[in-house]
Amino acid sequence: MKKDFPILSTVLPNGKKIIYLDNAATTQKPLSVIERISNFYKFQNANVARSSHYLGEQTTIAYNGARKTVADFINASEDEIIFTSGTTESINMIAYGWGDANISEGDEIVVMTSEHHSDFVPWQQLAIRKKGKFKVTPLNADGTINMNEFKKSVTSKTKIVACAKMTNSFGVINPVEEIGKITHDKGAVFVVDGAQSVPSMPTDVKEMDADFLSFSGHKMLAPMGIGVLYAKKSIIKELEPFLTGGGMIDEVKTEFTTFACAPDRYEAGTPNVEGAIGLASAIEYLEEIGMANVLEHEREILEYAYSKLAGVERVILYGPKNFEKRGGILSFNIKGIHPHDVAAVLNSNGVAIRSGHHCAQPILRFLNIDFMATARASFYIYNDKSDIDVLADAIEEAKRRF
Amino acid sequence: MDDLSDLYAEVIMDHQRHPRNFGKLENFDREVQMTNSSCGDQISLQVKFENEKIKDLKFSGMGCAISMASASVMTEVMKGLSIEEARRFSDEFLEMVKAGKIPSDDLKDAKVFGGVYKYPMRVKCATLAWYALQKAIE
Repeated sequence: MKKDFPILSTVLPNGKKIIYLDNAATTQKPLSVIERISNFYKFQNANVARSSHYLGEQTTIAYNGARKTVADFINASEDEIIFTSGTTESINMIAYGWGDANISEGDEIVVMTSEHHSDFVPWQQLAIRKKGKFKVTPLNADGTINMNEFKKSVTSKTKIVACAKMTNSFGVINPVEEIGKITHDKGAVFVVDGAQSVPSMPTDVKEMDADFLSFSGHKMLAPMGIGVLYAKKSIIKELEPFLTGGGMIDEVKTEFTTFACAPDRYEAGTPNVEGAIGLASAIEYLEEIGMANVLEHEREILEYAYSKLAGVERVILYGPKNFEKRGGILSFNIKGIHPHDVAAVLNSNGVAIRSGHHCAQPILRFLNIDFMATARASFYIYNDKSDIDVLADAIEEAKRRF
Repeated sequence: MDDLSDLYAEVIMDHQRHPRNFGKLENFDREVQMTNSSCGDQISLQVKFENEKIKDLKFSGMGCAISMASASVMTEVMKGLSIEEARRFSDEFLEMVKAGKIPSDDLKDAKVFGGVYKYPMRVKCATLAWYALQKAIE
């Protein structure tokens, strides 16, 4: 597997081989994706859905094909798939394009304390703009959602519930099917952040009954700058275009403009075609492995890492002990060492991890975590147990130094 | 060759283990709170002035080794300096860490933070206390 990813043979200036354990921040790209994008520019490049020459047709076919690949991957249909720049833009598109027209004073928006800032700040800002009520559901000590509190917080005034299927801080897999049912029973719209889950496990939008689902390409072997907003057919009509301009119109008069049908009306301007094609290529690579196998592999690495680090003096591991509730993310701290210093020592051993607040300050503050920061190792398809052995040795070195 | 030594020089490790001027002043003229939001480092700095000079200063807070050691070294360098000198020395420190400029010997122990320049992610850690000082002497 590692041979498909040239970057994983990187050797640091100090001679250490790179051990890439920062996959929740972004994943590396296989040669097949890199070559697909390179071939796009070598043999296909033109603008989409505008130029009716040979290259324009080739590009349009590839772009539409990418949309079909994405739709099939999450069990949706093509006209429910909007290409965006990433999860952040997707969620803002909902907050502005649906939220502004449908939230009024006193309406409630419910999110979880464990949301990434990209699934937290847009909702908080929407509530402030529309004088709505922003309700943040408390967590249990292991970072899972306190479901009793959640049930109480959803009322007949709730218009939106937003929740990640997998959290990026601790890798907790949330019970979105149950959350979606409670949400819909109260007549609210259910928005799922799939940025962490879509790369790591099978996704079926019908099964989770999401009204909206967002995810990013770069966390699943595709380039940065491409993402997806899935909007269920029954709600997409209520979504107003957030950006207007070229490519999203039907007819432009001096007095008014009529817009194209979905999904074109949500993709103003020249789209990120190389990104969409790269994403489709990444999905093909992942499907070859099988998404259930991806999750199984991540859990195998997680369990191995957990077994090596649990009980190690000064090491604190976060998240639930039940691995069924987790993906391949292990957040930890070493008592008395700031995670940035941990990351520096690990880096000198070639081990790449993330340290800091992981764009998830609310959960760290809620759980009163030392330094308001953690070290986070996150695993993907190309990691193996020997990577964890290097990680564990480097943690011992950090303890010796500090 | 230990490639961490240009980041965690012995002086830095010593200040991290035994921070100088850590705590609160009973009497002070200025108090500045600052955070480095990308890391969560926090510092509170109190300064007592006398005759246009920094008579005393103390810091408290939490953060990584670089941010805490940098604050500790800053208080040692600054104690007794005139406000004018403090401004010049802190500018010099910031230029050293942010732009890799060679500092004068006036910076004393603070010169060991020169290596941070090669670690752009840690620049904010090293500069936090010095920005707090600049705010306190505005």
